[in-house]
Amino acid sequence: MSDKLILSPNLDNADGFFDALARAHDGLEKSTSDALNARLIFLLANHIGDNKVLDQALKAAQNSGHKR
Amino acid sequence: MSKIFDVPLYAYTRSPDQDEGMPVRHPVVIIGAGPVGLATAIDLAQQGIKTVILDDNDRVSFGSRAICFAKRPLEILDRLGCGEAMVERGVQWDTGKVFFDTRQVYEFSLTEEEGHKNPAFINLQQYTFEQVLVERIREMQAVGAPIEIRGRNKVEAIGQHDDHVKLEVETPEGSYTIEADWLVACDGANSPTRRMLGLDFDGQVFEDNFLIADVVMKADFPSERWFWFDPPFNRGQSALLHKQPDNVWRIDLQLGRDIDKEREKRPENVMVRLKAMLGDDAEFDLEWVSIYTFQCCRMERFRHGRTLFAGDSAHQVSPFGARGANSGLQDADNIAWKLKLVLKGKAPETLMDSYNTERAYGADENILNSTRSTEFITPKSEMSRILRDAVLDLSAHHEFAQPLVNSGRLSVPCTYDGSMLNSADALAAPDVTRPGSPCPDAPLGDDHLLGKLGNEFILLTIDADAPDSFEEDGVTATRLALSVRDDPTLTLKRQYLGDAPSGVYLIRPDQHVAARREAFDEPHFRAALRRATGKE
Repeated sequence: MSDKLILSPNLDNADGFFDALARAHDGLEKSTSDALNARLIFLLANHIGDNKVLDQALKAAQNSGHKR
Repeated sequence: MSKIFDVPLYAYTRSPDQDEGMPVRHPVVIIGAGPVGLATAIDLAQQGIKTVILDDNDRVSFGSRAICFAKRPLEILDRLGCGEAMVERGVQWDTGKVFFDTRQVYEFSLTEEEGHKNPAFINLQQYTFEQVLVERIREMQAVGAPIEIRGRNKVEAIGQHDDHVKLEVETPEGSYTIEADWLVACDGANSPTRRMLGLDFDGQVFEDNFLIADVVMKADFPSERWFWFDPPFNRGQSALLHKQPDNVWRIDLQLGRDIDKEREKRPENVMVRLKAMLGDDAEFDLEWVSIYTFQCCRMERFRHGRTLFAGDSAHQVSPFGARGANSGLQDADNIAWKLKLVLKGKAPETLMDSYNTERAYGADENILNSTRSTEFITPKSEMSRILRDAVLDLSAHHEFAQPLVNSGRLSVPCTYDGSMLNSADALAAPDVTRPGSPCPDAPLGDDHLLGKLGNEFILLTIDADAPDSFEEDGVTATRLALSVRDDPTLTLKRQYLGDAPSGVYLIRPDQHVAARREAFDEPHFRAALRRATGKE
């Protein structure tokens, strides 16, 4: 597996995943939602595993907010 | 309540030094009769170096304080002649459980390494630990070892000179002056020596308060380390329960940031907290209670001229991970043989700079680990707590999250990678014995490998030829000839050879590997011995 973070479209079903993620938060309190997001981050991070990729993802996230 | 706190263990007696007109010069003076000072003194005296310990008190420290002692320090204590006494008096444990709210989320087992003499950990109160060390000193004195503890000798002033240190010492009978070729300051996190020399202690200070209590109770809890995040009896905070000998239990309760310390310390308030934890029916006595905050700090350098700093005086960590006393004992292990060679003129004074390099490396490792544990246990922001709680929730359901749970990363021995005393690795063997590593133990019939290493340079040959000994510039390395057949469990082979057919190891007096190679090559090992003694 490449140790470069994929930044080109790679989701099998982009609209479907966005919808599923948004729905997972339907009706949740903010604190419950935050906890859900946090668990999701760790699950995805563990799946990726490679620290180099994770570092790039962290930086990409830090550098792409419109309010930094 | 144990009487041990009431009895002077090294009562003040007048020293002949006090009646000399001129200051008496000693090779080594140690300030502080805590675990690190006592161990350093034993190590030096065992190698024939006359050593005087000065302590402003005359008895063991109050309260249990450091309680977890790891395998490597126990191996060091074995070399000092009192490891078995510690293990005999201590409580062995190898299981830790982590609870989040009311559920157990994770259980870990410290792997016992097959063929190693010592357990992964024992719990023993610091006062018992100190008592065993003092007993060892008395035993050594009885056979004429050059070691002395002077109780109620408080150092009031220190003068640093090029080739010695001058000390003004206050006693119940007035003050006197002594000199030391070398001074080792083992006087704790608030080191008066550091203050007197005007040296900084920098790092991160944490704001959370912790209540620490020793309770005596007859309880059925197993001898395991139990750690709670956000338990019902201490909402939003953490808690720890750990067994010590003599039915004494250590309890740590996080109290948070802005608290009224005096109020929290009152026994009636402590009892309310403990009953909430242990249940209303639990019968127990409170032996010791204290409230503390902690910091992760170190001195920039552990050597200042002829003064060396060891243990908490040089570096302080949070208690999570048992990295305080355990690292201090590794400091002692590192200092003694080097000082001996320097004092005997067999190594240059600059060898002591390698003490700074190697143990500062160890201190940084400990500070990094204990700072990370502290961040996990006491999250500083709302999001940091959300992430922490996510890990705990996940760990109850999925194995992958368990390595992320950080209730303290327990002390492991330090490998001095990159030390200037190491020679380049010249053997294709396992990493665990690469140059800089402390030698892992292995069974040899009724004995163990580590019992045959230490105190001098050893040339360990495994299925390899070599001379019985060789000397290089006044320092001798003596051969220990072994074969993989000496250990039918193959622990020796697994750790020291791997797939290599043979191996030759140069091992330092502190049982760390200095160099290794497949066969004995005289120029190579002569150079390695020079390098290991600071001459290259």
